[in-house]
Amino acid sequence: MEKENQNNQIHHYDESNTSVVNLTINGNLKQLKVQPWVSLLDAIRDHSNLTGTKKGCDHGQCGACTVLCDGKRILSCLSLAVMKDGSEITTIEGIATDGDLHPLQTAFIEHDAFQCGYCTPGQICSAIGMLQEGKAHTREEVKEQMSGNLCRCGANTNIIDAIMEVKEKTL
Amino acid sequence: MNNFTYKKVETINEAVQEISKNKKANFIAGGTNLIDLWKYDLAHPESLIDINSVSTMKQIKVLESGGLSLGALVTNSDTAYDAIVSTKYPLLSRAILAGASAQIRNSATNGGNLLQRTRCYYFYDKTSPCNKRNPGSGCPAKNGLNRMHAILGTSENCIAVFPSDMCIALAALDATVNVSGPNGDRKIAFTDFHRLAGNSPEKDNNLEHDEIITGLTLPNEDFSQYYSYLKLRDRNSYAFALVSVATAMRLEHNKIETIRIALGGVAHKPWRDFEAEQFLEGKEPNRKNFTEAAKMIIKTAKGYGDNDFKIELSVKAIVRNCMMALHPETQRPGAQPSL
Repeated sequence: MEKENQNNQIHHYDESNTSVVNLTINGNLKQLKVQPWVSLLDAIRDHSNLTGTKKGCDHGQCGACTVLCDGKRILSCLSLAVMKDGSEITTIEGIATDGDLHPLQTAFIEHDAFQCGYCTPGQICSAIGMLQEGKAHTREEVKEQMSGNLCRCGANTNIIDAIMEVKEKTL
Repeated sequence: MNNFTYKKVETINEAVQEISKNKKANFIAGGTNLIDLWKYDLAHPESLIDINSVSTMKQIKVLESGGLSLGALVTNSDTAYDAIVSTKYPLLSRAILAGASAQIRNSATNGGNLLQRTRCYYFYDKTSPCNKRNPGSGCPAKNGLNRMHAILGTSENCIAVFPSDMCIALAALDATVNVSGPNGDRKIAFTDFHRLAGNSPEKDNNLEHDEIITGLTLPNEDFSQYYSYLKLRDRNSYAFALVSVATAMRLEHNKIETIRIALGGVAHKPWRDFEAEQFLEGKEPNRKNFTEAAKMIIKTAKGYGDNDFKIELSVKAIVRNCMMALHPETQRPGAQPSL
């Protein structure tokens, strides 16, 4: 019985327990009124209507929800929106410039680096973060540094090909 | 999943005051384990106290003693790649980078790493009995699926393992855990921080509810020449250890002057065997001596069926890792272990 009440609570929108969270998502300041238990992922998808970032496992195992937070790749499903008040978030919707695809987006298309495409936004955001970190030098190291992003279609070989091409071009 | 209140604090004192008000309050820093446990309905915080704004816990600094202070809020990534950590304590960098994924390491903090819960399947399955989650309900792992479970220091109440990589290196490096509470500050030797399951498997460690980890201290000791972290797992990245070994060693005239060997994936806490380490001191660093020490370390090991393989695997992993420690330049994160 107690359990049922708990489940009802989470689905009931409780205005009294909300706070305003300022997130700059892809350069646009959003003031979101959210409850403390709303994940950064849900704040992005459900409260900001940016559904490019995917909810895969919602438990930090798949990497589909990867976004850049103040330039660093993190899992938005394992962060609360309230913890990220004042942060700058970049999602897959924010990486193309003036209608031109980001080089990683182009490379993913050229290398056929996806089948269903569900993991792709997370893969690309993660790869952007990885290239900025500058810790992976060889193909083997890139694979290791991308291990937090799973692809159930098995496009991993092509994903690494795409990332390696961009990495070599930008160096 | 339950609802909770949320509050940000700015200082350690404020953090301790807030946590003292409610037995069901939790600190939150990276959140990478706590949020997951909450989503699985295993953690039920009534209130979360966000400590990410406590600026005094965010630095890595050299102490007057020559040791190194690692703030509890420094992320695992920033610690692993820190210039001093990676040159003076490379074993710690290697162990951190063997754990989790880059995204998780970017959020997860040093303090939080120590407080992560076990990944025992029965602990995570809330429909199952579990003495750690629900004391007195039983331990299905002992006669169940126990491939990932403990072989050393087990109790009849719990055979869960502590899953950290970072902490295995911290145990080998003789780190100290710095803690603040309502009665002031105290220091806990790393090997005394985590507990064996014993009769109270619900307690993972000796931190009190109203205490906060403020940081870690690494002693001023040089293990930058001979060290290695070996992690054996079901896939080569982003998986918890079946067996892991951290070795830190100093040689003098081709004899072992000091050696530390810590094991992960085999017990409810990072496992050190001081007797085996003493046995090796003064001896030549060779396969024969390491094998003898490894056999001493697993002398009391006990398998539960699926995890019987861990006993022999531990011996081989210890020997291999100690040999690898003689050639640290051959190791790199993600590489197939050499030798």
